[in-house]
Amino acid sequence: MSQAAATSAAPPLPARRRAGKAGDAAFALACHAAGVFVLVLLGAIIALLFAGGWPAFRAFGLAFLTSTDWDPVQEVFGAGVSLYGTAVTAVLALVLAVPVAFGIAFLLTELAPAPLRRPIGMAIELLAAVPSIIYGMWGFFVIVPVMAGTIQPAIIDTIGELPVLGTLFQGPPFGTGLLTAALILAIMVLPFIAAVMRDAFAAVPPVYKESAYGLGATTWEVVRHVVLPYARVSVVGGTMLGLGRALGETMAVTFVVGNANRISPSLFGAGNTIASLIALEFPESGMGSLKLSALLALGFLLFALSFLVLAISRWLLRPRLKG
Amino acid sequence: MNRRSFLLASGAAALLPLAARAEAAQITGAGATFPAPVYAKWGEAAQAAIGIQLNYQAIGSGGGQNQIFNRTVDFGASDAPVAADRLEQHGLLQFPAVMGSVVPIVNIPGVGTDQLRLTGELLAEIYAGRISKWNDPRLVEANRGVSLPNLAIAPVYRADGSGTTFVFTSYLSAVSPEWQRQVGANTSIRWPVGNGARGNDGVAGMVRNTRGAIGYVENAYATRNRLATAQLRNKAGNFVRPTMESFRAAAANADWSVPHFAASLIDTNGAESWPIVSPTFILLPKNPQDAARSANVMKFFDWAYRNGGRMAAELEYIPLPDEVADAVRATWSREVKGPDGQPVWPPR
Repeated sequence: MSQAAATSAAPPLPARRRAGKAGDAAFALACHAAGVFVLVLLGAIIALLFAGGWPAFRAFGLAFLTSTDWDPVQEVFGAGVSLYGTAVTAVLALVLAVPVAFGIAFLLTELAPAPLRRPIGMAIELLAAVPSIIYGMWGFFVIVPVMAGTIQPAIIDTIGELPVLGTLFQGPPFGTGLLTAALILAIMVLPFIAAVMRDAFAAVPPVYKESAYGLGATTWEVVRHVVLPYARVSVVGGTMLGLGRALGETMAVTFVVGNANRISPSLFGAGNTIASLIALEFPESGMGSLKLSALLALGFLLFALSFLVLAISRWLLRPRLKG
Repeated sequence: MNRRSFLLASGAAALLPLAARAEAAQITGAGATFPAPVYAKWGEAAQAAIGIQLNYQAIGSGGGQNQIFNRTVDFGASDAPVAADRLEQHGLLQFPAVMGSVVPIVNIPGVGTDQLRLTGELLAEIYAGRISKWNDPRLVEANRGVSLPNLAIAPVYRADGSGTTFVFTSYLSAVSPEWQRQVGANTSIRWPVGNGARGNDGVAGMVRNTRGAIGYVENAYATRNRLATAQLRNKAGNFVRPTMESFRAAAANADWSVPHFAASLIDTNGAESWPIVSPTFILLPKNPQDAARSANVMKFFDWAYRNGGRMAAELEYIPLPDEVADAVRATWSREVKGPDGQPVWPPR
């Protein structure tokens, strides 16, 4: 802005320079148009989803958010089951992924010898490049049989016997279910969280850490009292970034979540997520049907949820993004 | 929509050399995934034989209905028959193309293919969650001589909306009044118990991976994956194996004289009939804008009725009986009129 004002106030320029100015203006216009286009597109998508979902919102009211019915025969639809499944798988994925991501980030910034840092860092970043369908197939053909044959029976026979806590780990060992989906999601969001954490840890001024070491602090004490407090906001922001991704993941989840439209108290039970339900039901939804409207309404909810989570993550990460 | 026209455009571009040479008559269709393999095979063979090139998009029955309602394709395809009033409203003619069968598949240690004997009621009770162990007294009663383990039953169903689910749940509704009342039949339903998998392959895979699982797939998938199928008791009270003979017996016992060919082949009479067989339908506008394209669609299916039977049987589909094909042709010439008011079939 200030530059533009300065040039317009300047004395007349030779022809060549003026041509450059016109080019600048055209370029600025094109860039503005590109920026506005994205905003318009985003607005149009939200508006379309809301308008498409309106018949469902109108038919079921606020109860749409909590109702656990999803009965295409009776045309009764509710978002409860898929909202629950989306939240449980995404949060559980974070519970599994964040400690590992923390370990990776810490290893890469503090512990690993310098020649190892790049290869390990690249391997983590490559995880992010694996297409989600590959995770889905790998989950279905490798993880699910292991879960069904070994891990779930073992847990059912031990923790499943406990009162209260045991209800989370009961039921037939299908191998699929919310826990398996969360496991796959955890692996998928791991590289994103680890990358943000690594950058955050690396941004801690060395002088702070050196001072702490100089005072006789152990490595753990340095991490606990110097690195983590300094990087706390970024760590939370990175976690939210991972959450945003986990919420919208479709293909990999569809393979392993069990795809049942009911809430099961057990984590081994089958469930559903919003993205997965939409992907599965969309092809057989008639135009103008209430089912299609309910799916669009679900899409709107997912959009709003992801938008909120990503907005929070951006807001928390803003000092880092600016730098 | 954009994607579709892009696909069409790129498809057309790729075919330009061909079109110039053979004057390829292109027809477009969209809908049911269930018959997609046989349509693909017919399309290939028909292009060589009669120069009609089929561009079929297997987007699901619901999508196929939407597209033909909007007239964005030459014909739609649907596994479930469309209600008479909707056919009327959208000016569509409905006729069957081919038939398929759905079979139950199981994974029970020590029980081989076609050893397990099930009735429709037992199947409904299993999918309703009221029979949850393989050694339930009612299952043991029906399977004297087969040793059933004390193992939890893990029902598997199609998680995506599908014609296969429609056919299977139609059968359960037909044989179990309780199922009809509590759950019903549709392309996707509210399953009381069990786990969902995506597509026939997904169901087959999950049944193979899970001890104690039971599922349902189109017959071709059970054959191809060498899964253990089960016998079913038909309306006549006989236990029948899922074989091409029992499928054909069911087809022979169907009553095709109902309006819009919406014959039900679910639980038909006949001593040898397999109880879960279903036709899949084609939806054709009665008042086509482009009579030539409409005629080509009919030419294609006329050719398929005459020459496609063996190809269909190779893919485990059941060809339409000749007299039904004749009835379909008669309906074409009676009902489909071009913009000039003249019948489009037989082609002039």
